[in-house]
Amino acid sequence: MSDTSTQSTEWPLWEVFYQPSDGKPFEHAGSVHAPDSEMALQNARDTYARRNEGIAIWVVPSDQITASSPEDRGPFFDPANDKAYRHPQFYTVPRAVKKRK
Amino acid sequence: MSTFDTIPQTKQEMLVEILLRLADDRLILGHRLSEWAGHGPELEEDLALANVALDMIGHASALYEYAARLENKPDEDHYAYFRDDIDFKNIALVELPKGDFAFTIAREFLFSSFSYFLYKELIETVEDEQFNGMLQKHFKEIKYHLRHSREWVLRHGDGTEESNRRIQDAFDELWMYTGEMFEMDEMSRIAAQNNLYVDVSNWKQEWKELINSTLEEATLTVPDYNQYMFSGARHGRHTEHLGFLLAQMQFLRRSYPDAEWK
Amino acid sequence: MDTQKQLDDFQKRIDNGETIEPKDWMPERYRKQLIRMMSQHAHSEIVGMLPEGNWITRAPSLKRKMVLLAKVQDEAGHGLYLYSGTETLGVRRKELIEDYIYGNAKYSSIFNYPTLSYADICVIGWLVDGAAIVNQTMLAKSSYGPYARANLRICKEESFHKKQGYEMLAKMASGTAEQKRMAQDAVNRWWWATLMMFGPHDSDSPNSAELIKWGVKTKTNDELRQHFVDRSVMEAEAIGITLPDPDLTYNEETGHWEFGDIPWDEFWSVVKGDGPMNRERIKSRRKAYEEGEWVRKAAAEYARKKKLVKAS
Repeated sequence: MSDTSTQSTEWPLWEVFYQPSDGKPFEHAGSVHAPDSEMALQNARDTYARRNEGIAIWVVPSDQITASSPEDRGPFFDPANDKAYRHPQFYTVPRAVKKRK
Repeated sequence: MSTFDTIPQTKQEMLVEILLRLADDRLILGHRLSEWAGHGPELEEDLALANVALDMIGHASALYEYAARLENKPDEDHYAYFRDDIDFKNIALVELPKGDFAFTIAREFLFSSFSYFLYKELIETVEDEQFNGMLQKHFKEIKYHLRHSREWVLRHGDGTEESNRRIQDAFDELWMYTGEMFEMDEMSRIAAQNNLYVDVSNWKQEWKELINSTLEEATLTVPDYNQYMFSGARHGRHTEHLGFLLAQMQFLRRSYPDAEWK
Repeated sequence: MDTQKQLDDFQKRIDNGETIEPKDWMPERYRKQLIRMMSQHAHSEIVGMLPEGNWITRAPSLKRKMVLLAKVQDEAGHGLYLYSGTETLGVRRKELIEDYIYGNAKYSSIFNYPTLSYADICVIGWLVDGAAIVNQTMLAKSSYGPYARANLRICKEESFHKKQGYEMLAKMASGTAEQKRMAQDAVNRWWWATLMMFGPHDSDSPNSAELIKWGVKTKTNDELRQHFVDRSVMEAEAIGITLPDPDLTYNEETGHWEFGDIPWDEFWSVVKGDGPMNRERIKSRRKAYEEGEWVRKAAAEYARKKKLVKAS
């Protein structure tokens, strides 16, 4: 990258999440630069909702996000696999109930 | 009153006149805002300005389209491309050259705050269903334009010394063009009596309060409301800038009027 | 230094079709290549706003004015998505931007040509965006997650860009004599430059093999170009436009259209900065960036003041 980066101003980065439609969970859309939260909301709307994508928006300063690290991939997410009782398939349902569906 | 002005006689003629006044304001300002495309102060703001421009040109197009149906003209383009500057009914405020970002924001704020109160009142008043439907649809976007520009006025005024100076200059320069927004000529009065327009003096005070409180919050000085005000553009007496704008906008369409361009 | 074991494991992930995410380990060179490629792509979207923006105020109908403005706005959006994606690799957008307006970072040479008539706008939609879609459809499957996702979003939005251009060009090509002349002239000027958008021949493209090995790209420049030519020949014929290449012939055996020699000398000279519009494009972007500084500063200063008030 350039070593001669100027003194010019850069607004902080915000992560944008939007809710595609009523009742749906929020999804990550991308990011925008903005000086503050109000402008981040406006910029997110103009950037990621130009085609009516979404009915609600969240913006979060990017540096406020804590993410799991790739090394966690194993230990962090595996435990659920040997705890079968957490999954619905672990349980049998009486025949009569099944039939009613 | 300009040389060729006539006072509309029928209700339909009045409606067309009002549609064109609203549409011309929006087309010309939308055109000015579109000049920012690719040149905005930051990428995000390039998108925002284009959105506002698209909304305004879209509003104009819908209003023209309705006028065209009422008057049996071919389509919305008839009004945008085949009228001369003396026929355009927009106020002078919207035709002034693009200016810097501060000028753009100050103008958007003055215009969208005016539009906000005007549309709010028109929605309560206008009986014509089609017209009213359009007003309601456009009102939602106008609210956003007001929010966008108001927030930016605050950031200019209470930002740096330079931004404060630039937007103060812009308001000072634009001030004499705000008078036309509140003019009630004979045409407006008759239209208002027929529930096609509203008496703007009803809410001029509310508009002033919004302007005063915003400028005050932005640490700016409100210019003198009683200074000289430009007048005449609604009747075809424009500034020198509109002619150049139209020359650019209309040249291709007019050079080949028989060609299909839609 | 990247160890051989790390490199092998990385390659295994690529070969398994896994997606690489920002915090994953990646070879330094993979990161560098992606930054180069993604930021070039982003710069191209932004510079691309200029030749088209040139016709917004002169568009011949309100419909076409809105279509064009929406399209130019989309390009700003696409540039923004791509810069966002690049920023996940630990670089700042500001550095990337300053690299092309003050340094020598590249963008697509196609935007160093002027738009002389309104037909150019139609041809850019049809050919230039058409070529971009071919490229971006491939990149939507790129091994780097943020790049793939940005391209996916771009592809969804971009198909209207091509359609509107082709539709209007078809109208001009079957319109008045003047319209036909403008349409054909525009195609004559843009055709070869569009073919060059896919980059040099595979044999002259040093980066290609590596990018394919890493799954950043999945097809070579020549494969993509051929696909584009085959499609464009059909599309040109359908609307009565002649492509300016006397050597275009259909090869029954391969099922592909063979085309004449691409003027590579011109390509390299434009890449190096000697094209009709290189200097003007950079000058325009530099002006916007520099004139934007007081605006960015004002908003940043306002935010700082508000934070102080809140804290006290």
